[in-house]
Amino acid sequence: MSGHHPHEETTTSPYAARIRAIEALLLEKGILTEPEVQDRISYMEARSPANGAKLVARAWIDDEFKGLLLSDGKAAASQLGMDPEHPAEFVVVQNTPKVHNLIVCTLCSCYPRAILGRPPDWYKSFEYRSRSVREPRAVMREFGFEPPENVEVLVHDSTADVRYMVLSMRPSGTEDLDEEGLARLVTRDSLVGVSVPRAPGATDPG
Amino acid sequence: MTYGPGDQVRVLPLEKPGHVRTPDYLKGKNGWIEFLIGPYPNPEVLAYGLSGLPERNLYKVGFKQADLWEDYRCPAEDRLYADVYEHWLEPGEGGTA
Repeated sequence: MSGHHPHEETTTSPYAARIRAIEALLLEKGILTEPEVQDRISYMEARSPANGAKLVARAWIDDEFKGLLLSDGKAAASQLGMDPEHPAEFVVVQNTPKVHNLIVCTLCSCYPRAILGRPPDWYKSFEYRSRSVREPRAVMREFGFEPPENVEVLVHDSTADVRYMVLSMRPSGTEDLDEEGLARLVTRDSLVGVSVPRAPGATDPG
Repeated sequence: MTYGPGDQVRVLPLEKPGHVRTPDYLKGKNGWIEFLIGPYPNPEVLAYGLSGLPERNLYKVGFKQADLWEDYRCPAEDRLYADVYEHWLEPGEGGTA
C-alpha cells in the first residue's frame, strides 16, 4: 500500500500503531492467523447500511414482515438472507406519528454491526455520545431534522447486550415506488434516528 | 430481586471500577421497568475472560428526561431508555412512565 493512502492520518495515530503492534504479536505468537484476520475484515466490509435499508423498505410494503422485524429482528434479517450472527440481540424500534426514536451508545460504540457494518465516525465521537442523551433535539436539529414538539423523543442508550435500529415512517408521496426505490430513500442517519428518510425525488448524495 | 413491567426502580450509585455497563449519568436516578430483556452472562466479569455465570437479568429501564437533567428544556414526555442489569437496581420511587 502506498504512502499516500487516504487513511494516512489515522494509520499514523498512536492508537493505530498500537493496534498494529498487537496484531503483529498475535500473529507472531500464533494466536491468530492471517486468514482469520482477513476473514474478519471481509465479514465487516460485507455489511453496510444497505442491509438496514432493505429491512425498512420490506417492512413498509409487507405488514407481516414488519411484525416480524419488530418482534424478532434477527429472524427478519435472516429471512432477507442476512446473517445476524453476533451474540448480541438485534432490536428494531418503530417511529410513529407520536414517537421518534434515537439510538446512541454512551459507553462506547455499540451498533448493530452484524447488520449495518461499522458505525459512522460521528457515532463514536465523544460529542455525539454525550449530547444525544442530554439534548437529543438539538443534536437532531444539527442533522437537519426537527421532530415537532408534540412528538415524543425516545433515546435508547445501548448500554448492554442489545443493538438497536430505527424503523422510520414511510415518507409520503412514495406510493409509486417499488421496494428498491423505497430502500434508496433510507439513509444510514435515519437508521440511527438522527434524521428521517429522504423525500422521494430528493437528490441522492451518493 | 426480580422486577416486572411498571415497577419503579432506582439505579444504584455504585462506584464500581473496571468494565461496567451502567453509565454514570443514570446513577441514583429513578425510573421504571419497561420489560425484562432476558438473562445474560454478566459483562462485568465476561470482559476479563471469565464465564460471566450465573447469568444476570437485564432490563429495559425507562427514565423521564426531566428526571435526568435539571435543565432539560424539551417536552416533558421525552424519555430515555437504557439496558440495566438487575444488580444495579433497587426499588425506587417517583420514576413513572
